Amino acid sequence: MVDFGGWDMPVQFSGIIDEHNTVRTAVGLFDVSHMGEIEVRGPEALNLVNYIATNNASKLKVGQAHYSGLLYEHGGFVDDILVHKVDDDHFFLCVNSSNQEKDYDHISTVNLKRASVEYASERYAQIAVQGPKGLVTLQKLTSTDLAAIKYYWFADGEVSGVPARIARTGYTGEDGFEIYIAPDEAPAIWDRLMDAGQEFGIKPCGLGARNTLRLESKMALYGHEIDASITPLEADLAWIVKMEKDEFMGREALAKQQASGVTRKLVGFEMIGRGIGRDGYEVHVDGAPAGWVTSGGPAPTLNKNVGLCYLPTALAEPGRTIQIIIRNQPVDAVTVPTPFYKRAK
Amino acid sequence: MSTYPENFYYTKEHEWVSVDGDTATVGITDHAQEELGDIVYVDLPKVGASVEKSKALGSVESVKAVSDIYAPVTGEVVAINEALSVTPEKLNADPHGDAWLVKIKLKSPDEIKELLSAADYQSYIA
Repeated sequence: MVDFGGWDMPVQFSGIIDEHNTVRTAVGLFDVSHMGEIEVRGPEALNLVNYIATNNASKLKVGQAHYSGLLYEHGGFVDDILVHKVDDDHFFLCVNSSNQEKDYDHISTVNLKRASVEYASERYAQIAVQGPKGLVTLQKLTSTDLAAIKYYWFADGEVSGVPARIARTGYTGEDGFEIYIAPDEAPAIWDRLMDAGQEFGIKPCGLGARNTLRLESKMALYGHEIDASITPLEADLAWIVKMEKDEFMGREALAKQQASGVTRKLVGFEMIGRGIGRDGYEVHVDGAPAGWVTSGGPAPTLNKNVGLCYLPTALAEPGRTIQIIIRNQPVDAVTVPTPFYKRAK
Repeated sequence: MSTYPENFYYTKEHEWVSVDGDTATVGITDHAQEELGDIVYVDLPKVGASVEKSKALGSVESVKAVSDIYAPVTGEVVAINEALSVTPEKLNADPHGDAWLVKIKLKSPDEIKELLSAADYQSYIA
């Protein structure tokens, strides 16, 4: 074996499978301070957000959040983001760490609406408390009534006396919260959360488990399911595109694509043969190259090897036998409906 | 603290070799399993296959990553650890014992001299 460092090494604590299962059954803690934050303020804030992002921010109430796409004019993704409506004239965007500067530049360049756009990543650390015991864990440290925060809503309150934005959001497919706090306060809050969750079996979790959890729940990862060459219609994210609202970046390209028909689609698969289809592997149908795997690996909750891949629309229905090319060998897999995992409500 | 048997030989690619007569038993080191994390899949050659020193003879996969296993010696595969196809996690539990990978009939026993001692390997990974 050579050069583990050549791989994106699993960032893990007790082990990816153990951490994964802890989030599904109890509670796990993730330091996701690498995520970026951008604040949009002013009378034109709503108009700007609605112009740069695909979802309809005018539907958001104060204290509500939604998932959205930042697109180029050609319809490909700049990034996928969470939009939080803090006030009628204030939106808080959570963006991917590796895209944050690109996002800020993109938004600033198209800011003809003259809203105030602030690159705020340095002011926020982010901790994700995820899992069925996330609420009871976090509740021990805050006077904010967490049960009153609905899924994809948030409240500005405090955690351990420290001002915090507490959002009932996550990237795991479980119930849980993402809290935004001042970076200086983050280490102490992390320790208090670990103490508070001890009775529920809380464990620190790394990016490895974050990836297996989001894959089971079929949440997109930038650079894998989505990038500048992929549109939301291809990525099975039509639900975040609101064509009926006013003009927005990428709208024309998406309208064209809608009219002519999407030629490739993101689909889920399960391995049938021995092997694991991984990111970047080629997919064959009837012996011919047909697509590629965007994310793939073991799904610990399901005890199966699963993945997502792009296939021509005509071949994308569930139940089709496909071949993943693993080290030059075709290995059978079958397309399946997604998400692979959905928590019981 | 993991222990590296003194009577084994090691490679910089994190395989170990235990020699008995003209047969070498090959596995991955404790350091390797530790770095890889939860091992979920092991791909081994067939019995009878010829393997060549420094060429890939198979692979192990953890949840997150795939790593090739390189043949530490040249020869013919005379046995593989079939149990690992059902219980690959054994590689995390007992990499220097129960979870050996393959046995190779040595073609040139002198190759063994090119491998690292336990002490050399441990200072290499330190």
